[in-house]
Amino acid sequence: MPVRRVLADPLMWVGLLFAGLLLGMNEFRPVLRWAFPQTVPVIYDRASFPMLFLAHLALVATASAAAATVGVALAVFVTRPAGAPFRVTVGTLVAIGQTFPPVAVLAIAVPLIGFGARPTIIALFLYGLLPIVENGIAGLEGVPADVREAADGMGLSAVQRLFAVELPLAASVILAGIRISVTIAIGTAAIGSTVGALSLGTPIFDGLVADNLPFVIEGAVLVALFAIVTDMGFARLDRRLRRHAVAG
Amino acid sequence: MTAFLTGAPGVLRGHPRSGVREPVLFTLLLTALTATVFLGFVSVAPNRLLSGRPVPLWVAAGTGYCGALAAIVGPLVPLCFAPPRQRWAVLTVGLAASWLVATLAALGAAAQALAAGAGPAARVSAGAAFWIMAGCSAFALADGLRRLRAGPVAAAAVALVLGGAIGALAARGTFATLSVVQEYSSRQALFAAALTRHIALVAGAVGLGLVIGLPLGLGASRRPRLQGPLFALLNLLQTVPSIALFGLLIWPLAALARAAPRLAAWGIGGIGPAPAVIALVLYALLPIVRNTVAGLSGVDPAVVDAARGVGLTRAQIFRRVELPLSLPILIAGLRIVIVQTIGLAVVAALIGAGGLGTFVFEGLGQDALDLVLLGALPAIALALAADLGLRAMAALLPQRADR
Repeated sequence: MPVRRVLADPLMWVGLLFAGLLLGMNEFRPVLRWAFPQTVPVIYDRASFPMLFLAHLALVATASAAAATVGVALAVFVTRPAGAPFRVTVGTLVAIGQTFPPVAVLAIAVPLIGFGARPTIIALFLYGLLPIVENGIAGLEGVPADVREAADGMGLSAVQRLFAVELPLAASVILAGIRISVTIAIGTAAIGSTVGALSLGTPIFDGLVADNLPFVIEGAVLVALFAIVTDMGFARLDRRLRRHAVAG
Repeated sequence: MTAFLTGAPGVLRGHPRSGVREPVLFTLLLTALTATVFLGFVSVAPNRLLSGRPVPLWVAAGTGYCGALAAIVGPLVPLCFAPPRQRWAVLTVGLAASWLVATLAALGAAAQALAAGAGPAARVSAGAAFWIMAGCSAFALADGLRRLRAGPVAAAAVALVLGGAIGALAARGTFATLSVVQEYSSRQALFAAALTRHIALVAGAVGLGLVIGLPLGLGASRRPRLQGPLFALLNLLQTVPSIALFGLLIWPLAALARAAPRLAAWGIGGIGPAPAVIALVLYALLPIVRNTVAGLSGVDPAVVDAARGVGLTRAQIFRRVELPLSLPILIAGLRIVIVQTIGLAVVAALIGAGGLGTFVFEGLGQDALDLVLLGALPAIALALAADLGLRAMAALLPQRADR
C-alpha cells in the first residue's frame, strides 16, 4: 500500500490512538492531577488497561463467534425447504427479542447462572444472535431466484449451491448483521462489569462507586474507542468484500 | 413421537399428506412438555437471599390446575395434524391464549399453596418450566395469528384482551404471594416513582429528539450534500456504547453546573437526569433523522410538482402532501426510537438518573433476582407495548389509493 494512502487512513489513526491510550494512559497523570486536584489516584490502578482490554475482547469474541456460527446456521436452516415452516416464527421471535433491552437480558441471566464472565457471555450470545439471524435470513432470501435456478441448472447440489452461490452473495448483508451484533456486544460487555465480568467498563463502575471521575473518563474513552475502531474495521471489511464480489 | 420430525423427511417438505402439518406448534408443545417433566415450575427458597429448590408443576399447582392445563393443551396436539383450515387456526389461537392465562393462574395458585406451607420469610418464584411454558404458549399464539394472517391491529387487540385477563387475575390477588409481587408490595411508592421517572426520561428524550431531529432530517433531505457528514457523525454517536457516552457527559455537565450555579439549582449536573437525557437524545437522532430523510425522499417528485401546479405554497405542500405521504416511515422511525430509548434508559440508572434500572442494578448488587425482575419485566413490557402499539397505529393510517 502506498505510504500516502496509509497516512490518510482514519482506521489506522483511531487504532493508534486507542493502542496509545491503552498502553500509555500513565502519561496523562500530570494533566489529570491538574484537572482533578482532590482526586487520588487519578489513573485506574486496580488492573492494567491492556489486561482489561484483553478480557473485554475475550468476552465479545467468544460470544460473537458463537452467535455468528449459530445465527448463520439458523438462518440457513429456515431458508431451506425443511426449515421453511419455522421461517415466520423465527422471524417473529427475532423481532420480538430485539425489543428486549440488552441490559435486561444480561440482568436476568446473572441470578440464573451466577456472577462473573459466564452469564455475560451467555447474554451476549443470546442477544447477539438476533441481528445475525435477521440479516442472515434477509441476505439469503435476497439471492435472486434466477441465480439459484442457474446454479441448479449447472448441476450444483444443494450444499454446493449454498456454499458457492448463496452464502457469498449474502455475505455483505450477513456481515452487516454481525457488525450490529458486535457493536451491541461491546457495549453490553462493558455493563457486564456490574456483574463481575472484567472489561474496559470496570473503571467506569469503580469510578462511579468511588466518586472518582478520572476513572470514569478513562474507562469511557477506551470503551468508546474500542467500539469505534471495531466498527471502522467492519466498514473496511465490508468494502473489501464488495470490491471482491464485483471483481470476482 | 420425535419420529414425526426426524424419521419422515417428506413430512416437513411442505407437501404433507399425513403427519405433522404444523411443525412449529408441534415443536412448541414438545418443548413445553419436556420442560414441565424435567424442570421446576416454581422455585421455593427459605428466604429472600438463599437460592430456591425447584418444585415440578404437578406437585406445585394441584390436580385442579393440572387438569385444566391438560384440558387446554390436549386439544392442541391433534391440531398439529389438522389440515390447514381457518377454523383450526382460530381454535389454535383461542386455545393458545387460554394456555397462557392458565399457565399464569397455575403459577399464582402454586405460589399460594406453597407459601401457605412454608415459613413467613419463604419466597416462591417462577421456575424455568413456567418461563418456558409461558414462552411456548405465547409463540403458539403468535403462530396461530400468523396462520390467520392477522395484522398488527388484530395482534394488539388480542394483546389487550390477554392483558385484561391477566389484570383481572392480578386484581383477584392471584399473584400476591409470588416473590416478585412481594418485592413490589414492599416498595409500591418507589416503584411508581421509578416507572414515572422512566417514562419521563423516555418522553423527554424522544420529544427533544423529535424537536432537533425532524428539522435536521428536513434540512438534510432538501440539501443532499449535507447527508454524508451528518450521517457519519450520527453513526459515530450510535456506535459509542451507552455507558461510555453517559460517563463522558458527566464531566462537562459537572463543570457547567460548577460554573453556573443557577443551572445546578435547576437540577442540571454531572450525575442525574441531565446527562442521561442528553445521551438518550443523541442516540435518538440517528433513527429520527434517517427515517425523516427516507420518508421525505420517498415522496414522488411528480406528486410535489402537481401540488405546486395547483398553486399550493411550499408550507402547504409540506403539510398536506409530503408529511402525510411520509408518515408511515416517520412512525416506523418513532417506534424504533421509543423501543431503543426504553432500553437505554435502564442503563441511565447507573449515573443516578433513576427509572426502572434502579431496581435492576440494586437487585444485581444484592444478588436478588426478584428485584432485578421488578425492574426488567416492566421495562420489557413497556418496550413490547410501545412496539405493538405503534405498529398497530401505522397499520391504522388511511391507506393511499395508489397502493
